[in-house]
Amino acid sequence: MVSMNFSKEDIFNLLEEVKDPEIPVLSVVDLGVVRDVNIGEKLEVIITPTYTGCPAMKVIEDDIRSKLLENNIENVEVKTVLSPPWTTDWISENGLKKLKEFGIAPPAKTTVDKSSLTGIQKEVECPYCHSKNTEMKSQFGSTACKALYQCNDCKEPFDHFKCI
Amino acid sequence: MNKELYEYVLRMGDDSLILGQRLGEWCGHGPILEEDIALTNVALDILGQARILMDYAGKLTNKKEDEVAFLREEWDYKNVLLVEQPNGDFAKTILRQFFFDAFRLPFFKELQNSKDETLSGLALKAVKETTYHLQHSSNWVIRLGDGTDESHQRLKTALEELWMFTGELFYADEVDTKLVNEGIAVDLNKIKPIWDAKVSEVFAQAKLQIPEESWMQKGGRKGKHTEHLGFLLSEMQYMQRAYPGCEW
Repeated sequence: MVSMNFSKEDIFNLLEEVKDPEIPVLSVVDLGVVRDVNIGEKLEVIITPTYTGCPAMKVIEDDIRSKLLENNIENVEVKTVLSPPWTTDWISENGLKKLKEFGIAPPAKTTVDKSSLTGIQKEVECPYCHSKNTEMKSQFGSTACKALYQCNDCKEPFDHFKCI
Repeated sequence: MNKELYEYVLRMGDDSLILGQRLGEWCGHGPILEEDIALTNVALDILGQARILMDYAGKLTNKKEDEVAFLREEWDYKNVLLVEQPNGDFAKTILRQFFFDAFRLPFFKELQNSKDETLSGLALKAVKETTYHLQHSSNWVIRLGDGTDESHQRLKTALEELWMFTGELFYADEVDTKLVNEGIAVDLNKIKPIWDAKVSEVFAQAKLQIPEESWMQKGGRKGKHTEHLGFLLSEMQYMQRAYPGCEW
């Protein structure tokens, strides 16, 4: 039996300590991967993948379990849902700030990357010198959720969290 | 069990699984680092889609995801012949990808309205990823077609080899008819003109001619494959055959 002396808020606070394995500055809550928490006979944590093939999902699930286990919460079900789909809008304000500090240009607040329709590249600000004079080097980056950019002013390469 | 639904999920799932495996073969062999990463990233998205569909097909038949994915025989795979074609050079891989992405994007857009919640949920997610894939493959078709003599020639050769497999993307039979009527499946007649328009648009920029109407190969949807699938399966299924039930 789960000792349900925990409130939903407590659980969310615990999950704040679970980091995304590929972007360790973001918690799974900041990232919007944790959708909801239901406290009943068992504790149900509902998560959603950023990308359908995101290889981090299994690790995230295991990390959530062990974090809860550390706090003696044993009866846990981690459920994956696809709908509504995750978009970059699910990243919290706090998360966007942390991304930038980490050197990853955060996604713009928009659901669909319209540059794919118009063919015009959107403005991405360099997370180091804040110049908007930047250039996409590759649509795909070090992880499924990032693209590779370079700043034309400070010349630093940087990751951009793709807007989807 | 809804037999048609199982068949439909397999067709979709096998398209993703087999293409994902093919793209994965590029890992460490891409012509440049960025493209090595790009092709494997695309593979990852497509395998993610495959996993959801294999899991769903498993639920419909009381089997595990891995069992459905890895423990069937060649004639039980229902993917289109296009996706099992060998990678060839980069031009061939990109053109195969472009033909497939240009099909999958409008397909998933329609599937978002499916009455089947697993399928519509997958489609909502996959539309976003596929938009990105199509952008990538279209850009490369244009770049290679309108590039050097060498790149143009290679793309042209790829076109000669692949064109005969594009007709099957729009193959529909009684499985489709039944599920379209139930509001579950996508009516492929709606997708064909969108695909045609996209191919014309990109080919015009890539300075490629659309081939004249000719014989189209088919058979994959009924489990009749080209000789290439068996070789692919022997590699893909190795782990589950050698270590039954193994898990990571």
